[in-house]
Amino acid sequence: MSGTFTKAMARNVFYGGSVFFFLLFLALTFDTMKALPKTDNRHNLTPSAAAGKHIWETRNCIGCHTLLGEGAYYAPELGNVYTRRGPDFIKAWIQAMPTNAPGRRQMPQFHLTDKELDDLVEFFRYTAGINTQKWPPNIEG
Amino acid sequence: MKYQSQAVALPYFIAAIALFAGQVIFGLILGTQYVIGDFLFPEIPFNIARMVHTNLLIVWLLFGFMGAAYYLVPEEAETELYSPLLAWILFWVFLAAGVLTILGYLFVDYNTLATMTGNNLLATMGREFLEQPLLTKIGIVVVALAFLFNISMTMLRGRKTVINIVLLIGLWGLAIFFLFAFYNPTNLVMDKFYWWWVVHLWVEGVWELIMAALLAFVLIKVTGVDREVIEKWLYVIITLALVTGIIGTGHHYFWIGTPEYWQWWGSIFSALEPIPFFAMTVFAFNMVNRRRREHPNKAAVLWALGTGVMAFLGAGVWGFLHTLAPVNYYTHGTQITAAHGHLAFYGAYVLVVITIISYAMPILRGRAANSPKAQVLEMWSFWIMTIAMVFITLFLTAAGILQIWLQRVSETPMSFMMAQDQVALFYWMRVWAGVAFFAGLVTYVLSFFVKGESKPLSA
Repeated sequence: MSGTFTKAMARNVFYGGSVFFFLLFLALTFDTMKALPKTDNRHNLTPSAAAGKHIWETRNCIGCHTLLGEGAYYAPELGNVYTRRGPDFIKAWIQAMPTNAPGRRQMPQFHLTDKELDDLVEFFRYTAGINTQKWPPNIEG
Repeated sequence: MKYQSQAVALPYFIAAIALFAGQVIFGLILGTQYVIGDFLFPEIPFNIARMVHTNLLIVWLLFGFMGAAYYLVPEEAETELYSPLLAWILFWVFLAAGVLTILGYLFVDYNTLATMTGNNLLATMGREFLEQPLLTKIGIVVVALAFLFNISMTMLRGRKTVINIVLLIGLWGLAIFFLFAFYNPTNLVMDKFYWWWVVHLWVEGVWELIMAALLAFVLIKVTGVDREVIEKWLYVIITLALVTGIIGTGHHYFWIGTPEYWQWWGSIFSALEPIPFFAMTVFAFNMVNRRRREHPNKAAVLWALGTGVMAFLGAGVWGFLHTLAPVNYYTHGTQITAAHGHLAFYGAYVLVVITIISYAMPILRGRAANSPKAQVLEMWSFWIMTIAMVFITLFLTAAGILQIWLQRVSETPMSFMMAQDQVALFYWMRVWAGVAFFAGLVTYVLSFFVKGESKPLSA
């Protein structure tokens, strides 16, 4: 921090650098939005899958599970659960909760209707089809 | 206290500490649920307790930031706060909104809460850290805008120091990026993409400006080093933070359905993110070494130095550990993430808020510094909490490495729950480290009640 590098220079570098990199970030964002249709599986985003996402959110599933690796780390990854377990297992599992096995982690009973279960499974079918660059490393998530 | 209106910071600091205690208690519940799965079930399921834990963290840090701003902005601007009354009203509004939201989480079924609070009109709930009901989110925006109005007006009619300008940019950025919490597209990839505009651009963006400004303010006060020097450092640090951190958002765009090129952008820029934290550490030690006065508040100096070091370790080192895409491929969404999250939030934001509280609280209570006895206890609490958090982090890191090995690297990968059973030992150790952290927090609170002769303010 010698005398040649003044506070005014530091200030200009801050404003210039921040604005430049934010604009670069916006440009990358714009490019990403253009590229997304190739990877985000939007053609499988049916009304049923959209309803399933709403159920996913309003039961706060993310408070225990991860979805594409994001969320809490208390319960299994569900982004690929459709591939790992299949639709029937998922529905039966949700309906069987909680296990009440002593000392084991418990999942609440959400009293979902058959239609809601179908929507949720449809949402998982959609998430399992998103191109995640081959993540997770294996089927266990 | 140079200006009477700075006193409004006091209730904000008290609320922050009280909510911090609540956060840690829920942390203990969560840690216990990791090893005794049915603990408190079905009364407090894990997902509810976790939401309370993380939301309390956010709320108490915001209380800390606001209290810090009410204390610091008038002093820097050399004028009274624009409206102390508004600050008091906002305090009660924000506290009521925060407490009601937490009570809602605990006593109302989450789906019912969503229906009751208009989530069907605009669905924003059920996303990590943004679980708040729509009404709460709107309340946060209203409080934030009124708060920003109050302190911006204060700054505009007074001296516009670099610290004030940087703090204000950080706080305005905080409010602006929070608006993305209202954008929740059905397309999960886009949902996640813009969700990070709140979460990442907060903690690895504008919050770093707030943190650096608070640290610079306290360092000027306790070291007496020339303002010109400190302000130049401040600009350099925040430049490094934003230049690395903005594109560094890309380290969240590796595996969520976004284009592959983010693996390059995210890896390279986020690998540089430790640099601003390293600069903060060097800055803090440098300024303390060059100090021109011996400030009677030794505890505040300790918290300030601790902020630099622990933020570098938690955000810098533990962040770098898993930020390169080929590494993150294995670590993404494991206990490694949890380890990093704990030490980074503690080191950077918990400690910086306690630093400003440690400096300002004695002055708000009419003394230059607390009695030596009180300070010794306060410094003990620093060491207990910090060492406990280091161990929480180490145990979670160990759990994470083992989890990754069993579940993701092995030739015969285990299922998630089987792998969890195998790492239970480390979860037990983490709970005990958590108990130690709580003991440190109790020590911290007790330090406020230690009597003894303190240095008068006029000194």
